[in-house]
Amino acid sequence: MPKKNTQAFIAILLLFVLALLTVFPINVGLLGGKGVLLGLDLQGGTHIVYQADLSSIEPSGETDAIEGVMAVLSNRINPMGVTEPVIQKKGSNRILVELPGRDITDKEKESLSSVALLEFGELVAEDEDAKWENELGRWRPATAVMDGVIKTLNSSYFKENTFANRDNFGNILLIFEWNEEGSKLSEEITSRMLGQRLGIFEGAEPLRGEGGLPIAPTVQAVITNSGQITGLSWDEATRLSQQLNAGRLPVSLKIIEDEIVSPVLGAKFVDMSVKAGIIGIALVMLFMSLYYRLPGLIASLSLIFYGTLVMALFKIMSISLTLAGIGGFVLSIGMAVDANVLIFERMKEELQTGRTLGAAINAGFNRAWTAIKDSNITTFIVCGILYWVGSSITNGAPVMGFALTLFIGVAVSMFTAIFVTRTLLYLFVGTRLAQKTNLFSPFLRRKR
Amino acid sequence: MIDITGKRSRFFLISIGVILICIISLAVFGLELGVEFSSGSMMTVSFEQEVKQNELEAELVSLGYSNALIQKFEDGDFLIRLPELSNEVKAELEAALITEFGIFEGKFDKKVSPMVATETTRTAAIAVAIAAVGVLLYITWAFRHMPKPFRYGACAIVAIVHDALIALGVFSIIGGILGWEINLMFITGLLAVIGYSVNNTVVVFDRIRENLIESPHSDFEIIVNNSLMETLARSLNTSLTTIIVVLALLLFVGSTIQNFTVVLLIGIIAGTFSSLFIAPLLLVVWEKSGWRRFTRWIPTKSSTRS
Repeated sequence: MPKKNTQAFIAILLLFVLALLTVFPINVGLLGGKGVLLGLDLQGGTHIVYQADLSSIEPSGETDAIEGVMAVLSNRINPMGVTEPVIQKKGSNRILVELPGRDITDKEKESLSSVALLEFGELVAEDEDAKWENELGRWRPATAVMDGVIKTLNSSYFKENTFANRDNFGNILLIFEWNEEGSKLSEEITSRMLGQRLGIFEGAEPLRGEGGLPIAPTVQAVITNSGQITGLSWDEATRLSQQLNAGRLPVSLKIIEDEIVSPVLGAKFVDMSVKAGIIGIALVMLFMSLYYRLPGLIASLSLIFYGTLVMALFKIMSISLTLAGIGGFVLSIGMAVDANVLIFERMKEELQTGRTLGAAINAGFNRAWTAIKDSNITTFIVCGILYWVGSSITNGAPVMGFALTLFIGVAVSMFTAIFVTRTLLYLFVGTRLAQKTNLFSPFLRRKR
Repeated sequence: MIDITGKRSRFFLISIGVILICIISLAVFGLELGVEFSSGSMMTVSFEQEVKQNELEAELVSLGYSNALIQKFEDGDFLIRLPELSNEVKAELEAALITEFGIFEGKFDKKVSPMVATETTRTAAIAVAIAAVGVLLYITWAFRHMPKPFRYGACAIVAIVHDALIALGVFSIIGGILGWEINLMFITGLLAVIGYSVNNTVVVFDRIRENLIESPHSDFEIIVNNSLMETLARSLNTSLTTIIVVLALLLFVGSTIQNFTVVLLIGIIAGTFSSLFIAPLLLVVWEKSGWRRFTRWIPTKSSTRS
């Protein structure tokens, strides 16, 4: 037994050193990776919740549509250079976007969720139905019949290689290429519209040039393979080219929640919670050592190990620290000693019946086990359900963070309170200290 | 040996009294819903120079925002809440505040639609219901070798409801006095109370189970009483260590998560009480079929016959 215990002790020491190396330095991760991640509420950044309008989508295609939207959003966000952006589906029709450490302008916000579809239109006579109206006249979508189906000409037929450029005279061009279907449509429509104006619209609005006038070039020649739009500002042309290449959203999005989280509170909060955590741990250690003497001191050492191990796990699993998550972690410190309290109370009872230290440790751990197991499994059940529910609702992040950190905390505490504390306690078995029972139980009165 | 089980009526009376007060408070004060539950604009500001709360209030009233809610944090920051503002109005307001009080940090940055928070609360309620069923099933299973295992699960659920009600009620009293609102951190805290409550109750039940197995022919009431005495030190110590940590959070982190810590504090106290004096004593009442004492006034066939 002693030899086995020594091995266990060495293993624990090694694990502790490993955990320490993982945690420190705090701002650098494993092998030069990322450091401790701070959630949006601590780091600041942008939080937007979109609701997709799925009214035009068949119920069976809803999941695909939302996934399409998420892919497009991801394509649009990537060039913004945000580290660890969050794009998550929430419920059946909502998408949560979080950009940590990034403030976005209203314009960027708008372009992020714009459908990004350019439509081409032709002027209509007074008595005809129009889709758009502007200072140049009334417009309807330019259509052509292909294989017996009426099709409208729009940017969904663009290849994904649209780009902004300048010609020799310095004019800004948005250059695009039609795909196979698009070039047939374009050929048909432009040959019909030679000499007429071709309007270009984005959503309900006409595309406007630098001067603010709608862009509506006159068709000079039949367009088959590729075309160019002139008159845009450079910024606008670049934005359009990026958006068109990133793909268009299959459905329209509405912003239902929008928040720019300021990190003012966050930075302070991290410091304060670290302080609270350290003071909390220190007070718990003091209490445990005073009440349970030597075992209490050992439990305190396990508690330090516990804190380090949990932080290391957060880092390895790249769990972002949020307000609720830190709350769950600090709470789990309080609960972490519960297993030790259970065991030590049992040990005390065993020592009272006159057992030796080794026997008392064994009996204490064995008999406390069912209580530890059942109480922690019920906590796990609660955590599991909270996590699952938190993941399915729009603002469930705090609930999820809390459940996850509490789960990890309770799981790790079972390991440290049982395995680590027992191994450390066994180190004293057979030594002279073991004879001094008042070290192990201050209020010990041997039963006769 | 203290006779706890024999005095069960007293403990029940205490709980019933507290719960009655809580229900009255919930009915009178109710729970003020936070900005998350209604649409509005909110900002946290920290001024470079010292600004008093009434100065800020007066300034906002003079700007025409008499409906502004202002909350001061210990460190001098303010939380200002207004009905939803357009971007232009926000900029005007920020400019006006700068002219009056100098440079400040923070801007109107929070815009929420009430739908989200309401939905979160509803889902949290569903989560609690599902969690309760899960706990009931697990405890019934864990105590399957005991006679009537279902009773253990049912009594644990009563303890959960007891703790949640008290946490809600006491918070509504504090909220009514100090003007606190409930937010998502409050809901997280309530969920934590539930997890904590179950954990505590199960430890006591476990001891009852063990003692029942050791001496199956003893009086159930005596076994419960012994189990309570044996787990008393553990229950108090665990609650104490948890309270220490929560107090550290309350004192050093303060207003940001005060909803969470206060709910948790109330819940831990209620949970310690219910795990010692409510859940196990209910088991005793159930075992002794003591329910008749409370329903004596209802005539039944047997009582009318005698």
